[in-house]
Amino acid sequence: MTYISKPRLRHPNLRTNRFGFTHRDYEGAVSTLCAGCGHDSISSAIIQACFELNLPPHRIAKLSGIGCSSKTPTYFLGNSHGFNSVHGRMPSVLTGANLANRDLIYLGISGDGDSASIGLGQFAHSLRRGVNMVYLVENNGVYGLTKGQFSATADRGSKSKKGATNRDAAVDMVMLAMELGATYVARGFAGDKAQLVPLIKGAIVHRGAAFIDCISPCIAFNNHPGSTKGFDYVREHNEAVNRLDVMLPREAITVDYQPGEVEEVTQHDGSVLALRKLADEYDVHDRIAAMHHLQKSKAAGEIVTGVLHVDPEPDDLHANLNTLPTPLNKLTEKELCPGLAALEKFNAAYR
Amino acid sequence: MKPTDIAFPDYFHKVVDCQWACPAHTPVPEYIRLIAAGRFDDAYMINWTSNVFPGVLGRTCDRPCEPACRRGRVEERNLEKAEPVAICRLKRVAADSKGDISKRLPAAMSQKNGKRIACVGAGPASLTVARDLAPLGYEVTVFDQDPRAGGMIRSQIPRFRLPEQVIDEEVGYVIDRGVAFRGGVRVNSMKKLLEEGYDAIFVGTGAPRGRDLDVPGRKEAGKNIHIGIDWLSSVSFGHVSKIGKRVIVLGGGNTAMDCCRTSRRLGGTDVKVIVRSGFDEMKASPWEKEDAMHEGIPILNYLVPKEFVHDSGKLSGVIFEKVEAVYDAQGRRSLVPTGEPDEHFECDDVLIAVGQENAFSWIERDCGIEFNEREMPVVDETTFQSSLPGVLFGGDSAFGPKNIIWAVAHGHGAAISIDRLCNGEDTRNRPGPMVNLISQKMGIHEWTYDNDVSNELRHRVPLREQKIALKDINVEVELGFDQELAFDEAQRCLNCDVQTVFSSPLCIECDACVDICPMDCISFTEDGEEQEVREKLSAPAQNLSQDLYVAGALKTGRVMVKDEDVCLHCGLCAERCPTGAWDMRKFLLNMTQAGPGCRSRK
Repeated sequence: MTYISKPRLRHPNLRTNRFGFTHRDYEGAVSTLCAGCGHDSISSAIIQACFELNLPPHRIAKLSGIGCSSKTPTYFLGNSHGFNSVHGRMPSVLTGANLANRDLIYLGISGDGDSASIGLGQFAHSLRRGVNMVYLVENNGVYGLTKGQFSATADRGSKSKKGATNRDAAVDMVMLAMELGATYVARGFAGDKAQLVPLIKGAIVHRGAAFIDCISPCIAFNNHPGSTKGFDYVREHNEAVNRLDVMLPREAITVDYQPGEVEEVTQHDGSVLALRKLADEYDVHDRIAAMHHLQKSKAAGEIVTGVLHVDPEPDDLHANLNTLPTPLNKLTEKELCPGLAALEKFNAAYR
Repeated sequence: MKPTDIAFPDYFHKVVDCQWACPAHTPVPEYIRLIAAGRFDDAYMINWTSNVFPGVLGRTCDRPCEPACRRGRVEERNLEKAEPVAICRLKRVAADSKGDISKRLPAAMSQKNGKRIACVGAGPASLTVARDLAPLGYEVTVFDQDPRAGGMIRSQIPRFRLPEQVIDEEVGYVIDRGVAFRGGVRVNSMKKLLEEGYDAIFVGTGAPRGRDLDVPGRKEAGKNIHIGIDWLSSVSFGHVSKIGKRVIVLGGGNTAMDCCRTSRRLGGTDVKVIVRSGFDEMKASPWEKEDAMHEGIPILNYLVPKEFVHDSGKLSGVIFEKVEAVYDAQGRRSLVPTGEPDEHFECDDVLIAVGQENAFSWIERDCGIEFNEREMPVVDETTFQSSLPGVLFGGDSAFGPKNIIWAVAHGHGAAISIDRLCNGEDTRNRPGPMVNLISQKMGIHEWTYDNDVSNELRHRVPLREQKIALKDINVEVELGFDQELAFDEAQRCLNCDVQTVFSSPLCIECDACVDICPMDCISFTEDGEEQEVREKLSAPAQNLSQDLYVAGALKTGRVMVKDEDVCLHCGLCAERCPTGAWDMRKFLLNMTQAGPGCRSRK
């Protein structure tokens, strides 16, 4: 039961990006997850997003914890930095890495077990500190590696593959992220890449704590009638509040919209999030109204997707801590050991 | 778009580019897999059934399959040089490495069916008719002016490309089916042949007359000016064994290539090929040009022969006018003199290889066979019948000069017509092919075929050392692949006959196939007109000669579109599909041949 590795040959007419790379150059090793896993679709969306954003692979760091979701960084961005950390501890390792070198792009990949159970505390603190990162939860509502027990995000009343009903309340990661001050919050679906790729791109260009809750059907244990995370259920109950297009700085805006239909949110780096509204009353800037809408839709059994909240002027951990802009590995002995006089002055401040 | 009807045999047949391009529709990937498995006898028999002369064709075929081969397109911009699988030379491996297959050939029928068939000419077309009909009980008589059977295979193809024993063996396999061969008998009158009361007559006399050049000096210096195919045949039958040191070959087809290379072996040290057209427009196959140049034979182009220079009958050279190609508004080419001074090349002998013609002087024009304004018989392209229903034509004598594999295809078609004719059935009602589509799944991620894709470049066929090769006309130049090289080359085959078959009702649109496909062949998209759909696929489908596989009725209302163009048939879509909506199924198409299978069911 081994796969052949994906052939090196590629389509002769593939598009290339600014570096001359095709999307194939952003791939990783072949996936060992179950055939049809939603997580593989998310990996592919990350590959596409990084390709389209012209990201140099060696400037990206991908970090993860433990679980099906946390295995996936092996399956994309094979030429980027990677750190497979301890269960639920991805956020603190990512925060540390970010403090040491703010020049890299940080992708934190986690799952509902890794972030909503064992790592719930870490999840919360990394968001409230405003770490500049993409925090992506591949949310399938079950523990796939241990044969499909309900996870903390399984909806109350949903059924397991064997027919058991979940009696516990669900942790809503999006509501938590909003509450904790994430400055870019989105929900996507592994079965809709046209929506997911721009959501990931928007999160990457956002200079603050960006959180994406991505519903990812577990083909083996959570894609049956009675499940609320399966392909059919999510497709039937999906209420997208907007469609996103991400335009890079200095890039001609090519998307053709009717006037008034689109709201353009300029990000700190000059990139533009063009949001086409699908739900009239939804305002991505009004956090409290957005949370209200989410609660109402949830009560009505709808799954709200799209960009749910964005703050174009986010706070960031480094700004709050007033850290040096230079990565630690670029500091020389001169800066690290400023001498006795500097030490005396420093100590004096505490006397 | 209309959903693809995969039950229509042509759809998957077209995906097997090599088989589709082959006039005889030989199941190429099927025998290549057998070669890789070391089952040479089986590989040979598939070929023998389909194209009658595997050993001959494995050395000399015009290989229409290779330019069509998907591997050539797949390697583009991927590997240093994009080249097709060496299909032709793999066929030779099956012939070279097989054991004794004589017991697997159909036995000659002791009980004849009482029908008598005459074949005029013992070339590949006639021999194919004989091979198809004799085992069915037909009494087949093959006539040829040459003492031995084989036709142009024996008379025109030089021995250094095709050893005599290969011809003897494969011609023998036909004649031994109980065919009566009457060699050295020239049929001089169709009327007389008709009077002999055959149930059907097949004319496979080829294009036996070499075209001449009417240029000043042609008559006077005639002693040293030869018609290419006549000269080649004299060499083949041992009547000619020498040529002058300096030889000029006029013409740019494969016969010209055989002439120049033969000259190099019969004493020609300064041999050149001179053509009217440009080098790129020459009719010769690229590999035959390469082979000639490899033997130190220059090819000079845009030179039109103007005069044979002679010294009271002794040829001393040829004068050429320099021309250039000029294209008019319609893109038609004409060769216009450049006005530069003429060029003179000295030589001892000239070989003229500027084309071949049919010769039907032996067919009386009042015997009932209609001829057209070009003095060619009027032949039905489907049934191969002339205006006399019992007289059929095939090979070069039917539609002008082509090649061996076309002659074989015509022979099969004519044999079907004869069989139906002799059974009182309509010859226009042709049988369809035998088609089979079977899943290749053996287990999880396990297929009956090796689905891993080789990244190796096309392997060169080892050649004999030139010093030895140029000394003896009977020494074969190409040594052929040994079994190890054959395995490596066979692994380059993409198994295009193992088809990706999609089932909409099973699909849950999880995108697993889209994500894993190494060639971005698969897309799920909104339906539309074909042109528009082609543009919006994961990788735009710009090769219009390749079909799109479209399946609708998906839950989201989208359609699955697969561009067949550069699919590797690696089966990863089926391996990654959680519901078995994709399956790899082997498409096997065998042409129906003469016999009970080609007749109407009663």
